[in-house]
Amino acid sequence: MSFPIDTSGYYGPYGGAFIPEMLFPNVDELRNRYLDIIQDPDFQARFNQLLRDYVGRPSPLFFAQRLSETNGCKIYLKREDLNHTGAHKINNTIGQILVAQQLGKEKIIAETGAGQHGVATATVCALMGMECIVYMGEVDMKRQRPNVERMKLLGAQVRPATSGSRTLKDATNEALRHWINHPVDTHYIIGSVVGPHPYPDMVTRFQSVISEEIKIQLEQQEGRSNPDYVIACVGGGSNAAGAFYHFNQEQKVQLIAVEAAGRGLESGYSAATTSLGKPGVLHGSKTILMQTDDGQVVEPYSISAGLDYPGIGPLHAYLFETGRARFLSATDQQALDAGIKLSKLEGIIPALETAHALAALDQMSFNSDDVVVVNLSGRGDKDLETYIEKGKY
Amino acid sequence: MEKPANSRRISDLMGKNNKNILSIYFTAGYPNLGDTTEIARHLQQSGADLIEIGIPYSDPVADGPTIQESNQRALENGMNLDLLMNQLKSSLPSLEIPIILMGYFNPILQYGVERFCADCRQRNIEGLIIPDLPVQEYLTHYHHIFKQYDLHNIFLITPQTSDARIRWIDENSESFIYAVSDASITGAKRGISDRQKAYFERLQSMKLKHPFIIGFGISDHKTFNLACKFANGAIIGSAFINVLKQAKDLESAIHQFVQSVKYHQK
Repeated sequence: MSFPIDTSGYYGPYGGAFIPEMLFPNVDELRNRYLDIIQDPDFQARFNQLLRDYVGRPSPLFFAQRLSETNGCKIYLKREDLNHTGAHKINNTIGQILVAQQLGKEKIIAETGAGQHGVATATVCALMGMECIVYMGEVDMKRQRPNVERMKLLGAQVRPATSGSRTLKDATNEALRHWINHPVDTHYIIGSVVGPHPYPDMVTRFQSVISEEIKIQLEQQEGRSNPDYVIACVGGGSNAAGAFYHFNQEQKVQLIAVEAAGRGLESGYSAATTSLGKPGVLHGSKTILMQTDDGQVVEPYSISAGLDYPGIGPLHAYLFETGRARFLSATDQQALDAGIKLSKLEGIIPALETAHALAALDQMSFNSDDVVVVNLSGRGDKDLETYIEKGKY
Repeated sequence: MEKPANSRRISDLMGKNNKNILSIYFTAGYPNLGDTTEIARHLQQSGADLIEIGIPYSDPVADGPTIQESNQRALENGMNLDLLMNQLKSSLPSLEIPIILMGYFNPILQYGVERFCADCRQRNIEGLIIPDLPVQEYLTHYHHIFKQYDLHNIFLITPQTSDARIRWIDENSESFIYAVSDASITGAKRGISDRQKAYFERLQSMKLKHPFIIGFGISDHKTFNLACKFANGAIIGSAFINVLKQAKDLESAIHQFVQSVKYHQK
């Protein structure tokens, strides 16, 4: 096992399943069955076939020569942005919809922030002919309108979350409430490595294909399967979990997680959970989260809707606390600049989430023969308006 | 009259095979910050048998819009656990009926579970409902602390809870079991269906060690009475929050509501 998780779903002190009794039968069924289901050879064959023929995997590992020259090391980009629907999110939704079918569920619900997970869920629901409801914060629906329309075009119903800050956290609350109201026929496809056990582990396993491929591709291109660094952005942390998975036991591989500092760590407008948070319980697991002294969840802020979340997955809380992963942060501006830099140097416009991971390159110093893999988790089409409005290019 | 230190009012209430127990939920600090203890007093005077005071939380996932809104409003009013404990310090000694607190786990965790239990005990709070603290998690990590302060943790069951799990929850319960009436968050207005009646009958036929009280979807005399046919009592939350929201005079509004639920009198 690549991340040390116990049978109750704890990574060290973090994880567990802090759910109301109303959700117990659903979560318990999933916990009892998910490993048998996803380890079944028929399931694996179907999953891998869809990843290949529908998603377009393996995604390329691209040596970014001009970017490498400016940073004085060898930088490879794991091109999750080239997946169908434009991000890593679909790896998980393909896996979970197959699980939902095995569980005999008929309807799918999901939460979404930037809309990438919502689109990836709506996509697989269309593919499988299943009813799909996506909860999205009212604020996010305005700032990610094209994705709202994409979901509708794919046949999904998009419901606004109108409580609290009306962003990702509240969309997650609404999806949980919907699940409480519809416990029998509905599966909840959580989009990140958050939520009650077994979600963090299940989502991590579906995303672990990222690091599985990196190992093979790097061996072919560099003659070594382990890089010196793996860098990924972290909101809830699913792309990072997938990119880190097969390197966690390789102690020489440095794992770098990059959070969104928003307007600055001290500005009061930030989503850098490990810098600003402390241990608590949110959305079903014990983790590190941004909260007041009274334990009320604090509204996060980031230019990137996908990183705008007050917690992190419990496994990341564990990687942070044990020091296995190093946590950095990038501001809105640093992310925008890094996204524009990649666009001009390599002809790739990254998602603003991903741009945070790229911004970390400029905060680090490398040896010339260091091999660095950046997980290019998503493409920037959805962020064009923000680039136009706030970028300097 | 001074009660002996170990006498627990909640055990008295639940232990005598009482029927028609009316439990009322409201959110601390709502509609106004200073209303908490006044509402509790009016509830007792009006004939409520048990009071559940909600600790407001930013993300109450088991609650519907009405209670969510009261939570948000109470937080905006400045309510927090420190303040609530202060409010209860001065007023609870004057109350005769049992008081329980209901709240999500994170604020309690940040307050400190042991400190929270000690403060509850000192204020003569007798029970707790923490919807997002699962039974097993509680038993493994927190039961010994609750026991030390003689606090009863009250567990929920739902129509989807298996018989085996209901038995296990019954074994580990103290005072009473909170039977959620339907697969729902709070405040759903669906009345009580035949399917729900079948579930209540199933619970009745199980002859559990502990009485069960029905909550969620109970809003008036009719639903209260129906629930009491199967259970020892029922809990009203959202409907009461709506009364508070619209009340011009708390005392008369509360009196009228409690009387109408219990006796169908206005």
